[in-house]
Amino acid sequence: MSAITVSGGRGSAHGVRVLRKLGEWLPALVVFVLVVGLWEGLTRALDVQQFLLPKPSAIVSTFWTQRHSLWPAGWYTFKEALGGFAIGSGLGIVAATVVGRFRTVGKALMPVFVTANAVPIIAFAPIFGAWFNPISAQSKMAVAAVLCFLPVTVNTLRGLQSAKPEQIELMRSYAASELQIWWRVRVPTALPFLFTALKVASVLAMIGAIVGEYFGGALNALGVLINTDAGVFQFVRAWAGILVASLLGLALYGAVVATERIVLRWSPEARGS
Amino acid sequence: MIVETAAPAVVRLEGVTKTFPQGNVTALQDIDLELAPGEFVSLIGPSGCGKSTLLRVIGDLIEPTAGTISVNGKSARQARNDGDYGIVFQSAVLFDWRTVAKNIALPLEMLGWDRNRRRARVQEMLELVELTGFGEHHPWQLSGGMQQRVAIARALAFEPALLLMDEPFGALDEMTRERLNLELLSIWAKTGNTVVFVTHSISEAVFLSTRVVVMSPRPGRVAGVFDIDLPTPRTADTRDTPRFFELVTQVRELLRRRGEHLLPEEEAALE
Repeated sequence: MSAITVSGGRGSAHGVRVLRKLGEWLPALVVFVLVVGLWEGLTRALDVQQFLLPKPSAIVSTFWTQRHSLWPAGWYTFKEALGGFAIGSGLGIVAATVVGRFRTVGKALMPVFVTANAVPIIAFAPIFGAWFNPISAQSKMAVAAVLCFLPVTVNTLRGLQSAKPEQIELMRSYAASELQIWWRVRVPTALPFLFTALKVASVLAMIGAIVGEYFGGALNALGVLINTDAGVFQFVRAWAGILVASLLGLALYGAVVATERIVLRWSPEARGS
Repeated sequence: MIVETAAPAVVRLEGVTKTFPQGNVTALQDIDLELAPGEFVSLIGPSGCGKSTLLRVIGDLIEPTAGTISVNGKSARQARNDGDYGIVFQSAVLFDWRTVAKNIALPLEMLGWDRNRRRARVQEMLELVELTGFGEHHPWQLSGGMQQRVAIARALAFEPALLLMDEPFGALDEMTRERLNLELLSIWAKTGNTVVFVTHSISEAVFLSTRVVVMSPRPGRVAGVFDIDLPTPRTADTRDTPRFFELVTQVRELLRRRGEHLLPEEEAALE
């Protein structure tokens, strides 16, 4: 990218950017509409049984009529996911900081983290029910937190260790202390890695909370609702629950992306250019 | 070989040797060198001759195995702590999260300058490297040549007596490199720094320097020193003078003679 393109007039450049953004979104939007349309058309034409695949129109109408039970349930589960996301990601950042700051600790723990990261943690979900009250929100939060913890730790740590040797040499030429190098080089270098991990973690947190609820939970929890509806052949309601879960998951993911755009304003990648 | 000079040396190396324990490589062997204030000295030689290592030893970024180094009459460690030198690498090593102005201000921050003083100096430096108006840009919005000018501005911002440059234009295209050579000379004429300039390019070394130090590889030693008596200020036409060709040929021949055990690609790099 040359300097000339960026020094152009701000107002017109903004307008052009909005148009270009629209242009970028348009194909995805068209595909989405086509898929939903095809789904609706095929389920009608082939008269597909509701328990196999309900019509999108039926799902949306149930989503609307059942909104007074679905949304509070969604909100309950969302809070579990959010809590788990905050706890797991927070602990992950702390762990990465400790490991990154003290090399001997890092050498001992890094292989453990990398190995643990490959373990299908969700398999532990029933165990957390035993550790905490199985009905409680805490046990779901724990599942979500554990799911978030490792990707955030491993990625942040990788980021903290990604500073180029010459960047460190430059700082040393200024007689910079380790702490100054940490704040001025290592932390900013790690931020894009951290946000990549947080985006993954935001999705995992919703998965953790809902799957956790499949093993039992409060009656007004979304996972429990979906599970029982599917069990009593209320498939349209189950699908409407899934729709709520998807919207909330997208919201959490979107919030992370928005934060990333603000924090990493300087980064060409985060700007999406 | 210690060159007799009247003024006290900015850099003095005596018997500097560096052995890397991994593979038992002797990167530098018994280097003696002295730089007078305001000199522009190029270190040239094939890869593996230890010229970048020598630069880092002067900057106290690598510790020598034996020998003594003094910078501005102090130990290299003390000189580094006092901010006596600025350094420029082959890549610009700019921080993407900082604007151009904030990149240039980084060493000033480290030295504890207040905001107003920093801002004033950054403006001066942007003028010096002809990037006025680019202060609020981010590094990735600039071309490679502009980025390297920012790196030079950053290295000179705190007025160090010594400027260490490690193949600063090695990654740039020939046209940009020649233009930046001229710009560097005009900056040097204004600031009067002592410069240590590591390069692969014979013509670049001859064109820029007051002295060219030719190094030979394995172990890295000083093979010879050339005083470059080309008239100053040097211009684009300097490259067309017979004396320039003569000096380039002399340096090349010494490199050839000393480089019998060079690999073919290293030989090619010296062309």
